Amino acid sequence: MNLTPVLEMKGIGKRFPGVVALDGVDLEVRQGEIVGLIGENGAGKSTLMKILGGVTERDTGSIEVAGREVEIHSPREASQLGIEFIHQELSVLDNLDVAANIFLRREPTKGGPLKMLKLIDRKRIYAEADHYLQKIGLDLSSHTPLSKLSLAQQQLVEIARALSAGARILIMDEPSSSLTLTETRRLLEIIGELRTHGVSVIYISHRLEEVREIADRVVVLRDGRNAGLLERHEIEHNTMVRMMVGRDLEDFYIHANGGGNREPNWFGVNRLRTLRYPQHAVSFSVGQGEVLGLAGLVGAGRSEVARALFGVDQTIGAEITLAGRPLNIQSSQDSIAEGIYLVPEDRRLSGLIVEFNIRENITLPGLDRYSTGGLVGKAKELEKANEMCRTINIKTPSTEVRAANLSGGNQQKVVLAKWLALSPRVLIFDEPTRGIDVGAKAEIYGLIRDLAREGVAIIAISSEMEEVLGISDRIAVMHEGRITGILSRDQFSEEAVMRLATGGER
Amino acid sequence: MKKDLGIFVLLVVLCTIVSIRNPSFLTPENLQNTGRLIGAFGIFSLGLGLVIITGGIELSVGSMMALLGVLLSIMLTEWRWAAIAAILACLLLVMGLGWLHGLLVTRVKLQPFIVTLCGLLLYRGLARFISDDETKGFGSVEGFESLRFLAGGNLLGVPMPFVLLLIISAVMWVFLHRSVFGRYLFASGRNEEAARYSGINTRLIISLAYVIAGGLTAISGIIFAFYTNSISPASHGNFYELYGIAAAVLGGCSLRGGEGTVIGILIGTALLQVLQNLVNLLDIPSSLNFAVMGAVILIGVLADQFFSQRRNRKQVALLRESAKADVTSANTATSNNV
Repeated sequence: MNLTPVLEMKGIGKRFPGVVALDGVDLEVRQGEIVGLIGENGAGKSTLMKILGGVTERDTGSIEVAGREVEIHSPREASQLGIEFIHQELSVLDNLDVAANIFLRREPTKGGPLKMLKLIDRKRIYAEADHYLQKIGLDLSSHTPLSKLSLAQQQLVEIARALSAGARILIMDEPSSSLTLTETRRLLEIIGELRTHGVSVIYISHRLEEVREIADRVVVLRDGRNAGLLERHEIEHNTMVRMMVGRDLEDFYIHANGGGNREPNWFGVNRLRTLRYPQHAVSFSVGQGEVLGLAGLVGAGRSEVARALFGVDQTIGAEITLAGRPLNIQSSQDSIAEGIYLVPEDRRLSGLIVEFNIRENITLPGLDRYSTGGLVGKAKELEKANEMCRTINIKTPSTEVRAANLSGGNQQKVVLAKWLALSPRVLIFDEPTRGIDVGAKAEIYGLIRDLAREGVAIIAISSEMEEVLGISDRIAVMHEGRITGILSRDQFSEEAVMRLATGGER
Repeated sequence: MKKDLGIFVLLVVLCTIVSIRNPSFLTPENLQNTGRLIGAFGIFSLGLGLVIITGGIELSVGSMMALLGVLLSIMLTEWRWAAIAAILACLLLVMGLGWLHGLLVTRVKLQPFIVTLCGLLLYRGLARFISDDETKGFGSVEGFESLRFLAGGNLLGVPMPFVLLLIISAVMWVFLHRSVFGRYLFASGRNEEAARYSGINTRLIISLAYVIAGGLTAISGIIFAFYTNSISPASHGNFYELYGIAAAVLGGCSLRGGEGTVIGILIGTALLQVLQNLVNLLDIPSSLNFAVMGAVILIGVLADQFFSQRRNRKQVALLRESAKADVTSANTATSNNV
């Protein structure tokens, strides 16, 4: 490894109106080095990388690439400096083939006077694409349509694209978030091999195990400042967590169980089979006032279970009981009538109508309660919306603000307010705190706890290990459509959950 | 209401220009005739607007009117049905077609553009086949005075179609902007998935929009049939769907769905009719008719875009102000917690 830095960011500062996103952050990357960049949501990782990638302009500080001070005003300028960004959401075009994706906007051409009119040199584009695929060890033809590739393979195609563009610094933002365990292993191997090509990688991930395994150094950010720097031999899970959070986790999560399981099998799910995993039947139950965590890897079928219980997905069969009474849930109207509600995974797509204002979002599911003779009573709506804003602390100047203009945490509170206004009996959370800052996270946990205390049965799907261990009374772990185990409080440990989540035995 | 102000100003400016350049714009005859057309076009445009608010489109309006006109003529003059029976039959038929469209869109999940494009071709063809491609009319047969009055009569000097439009608009306004159904319609059009996750039966709501659009198309169709008094199946109602779409879009409906107002659609319809009138009165070559309309619609939509972006910027600025105040208080709060 070469010790000369290829990248030095010094004293980077960025203010957004009302918020200091970055306050004098330093980041140094050496050639052929993998730097883990970690921190909680809102710590400033994304802003820092957007500045490096030329998406956002910095207010203060300097950037040096290969010892030369540079200004980066656009992604194109970043690319010219050898900085390539691989985004969390893949930016590949799945209507084209692999080669076309690798060389998009840089197609080898021949003939013709103007760039747009030139013909694509088909022989060269496929030959070169194959070469890069080989380099990253992806064993397929560059003629393959991208849509035929798995997510993991598509990610590798993105890496090939970055390499073919002459990347010297690769920024990877949560590359493993939608990969299976084996795919992640393969990705990590390939990233490791990039070192030998002299490529440096800035690896952003919430999965600290991966970071521990792969990073040469770790830079920790917290609240827009450097919170620590760990050399290879210092990288350890607990140290990273402590630096990220800045306090001990026990203070953060307070167990939900307030009511002490008043009625153990209050909400029962028996032999539920979803369309995605028709061969497996899922059974579990939640007590009144209990928080059941639903853990597992992405794709384990947890969200499918949640959507089936809420009636928005069809099921192949299920026996659902609530307070001893069998329910027949065919649509979300049925579940809502029973007081079973879902706070969905993607709040901007399924949880909210972002163009609607806060009031309209909150009253939407129970609109008839605020209406007389089919006409909506705005005064009643306002009263309820204001009440909800007060009780769960939605920070907004008025209830007439469009949901799109709220922060993630406040949006999530609006989704929650929709259901709290209708007095829930069973509340299902799918990734309750995804993309939410620390402060709002703590508030959501508090609300979950209060709801449980009031006797609501709660199912909380979470991919964040600390969260699921922190808020649950019991944890059901799923793996490829099956429940592989249900852990009680005294059996809780990261290892136990991980073993079950990867299909192992208890 | 603020949103409709821009296009309303455009309408007033156009009217002023025309009346200055050619005072005959303000003669009772011209106003009555323009009002009559605004009424006839406005009624079905409201229906089209409803469908557009669901994020859909209805392209078969003109063909439905041709089919309806032909059938109405046959029922009244050949089969000698009672007027009320014929009207009910027409209403039910076209609402049924709307229901079919809604079903194909929401249950079979076909794209609205394709469903209604097929309708456009299908109903036109049927109209021509049923009538043997011959022009149908109501001739001088006695007994349709009440129907003729709907299209050609005046109430206290106000053309009947305009009166009908006002009544229907009032109902539609309450329906769309004050009722639970209206809120559900906007929700389903904006974000069908989130609406479904809020327990709204979006398929029913969207289908209903097509049914209502069918009903309003039928009413307009009956007016047009008696207004023209002769229905040539190959050309009756040609392009009417495009007038309706243009009126809705001018009036602030977004083809992405979830946006639009009754007042906006009304002003949009009026604007289009005044434009037609302007071309006639100002001696602009009638070959430029469509070009003028296209240009004005483009200007209207551009202005709307400009104003709505500005409004949103204002709201964001307001939020940032209040966030600034919050940050300081939140900072003290979290430091207390830790």
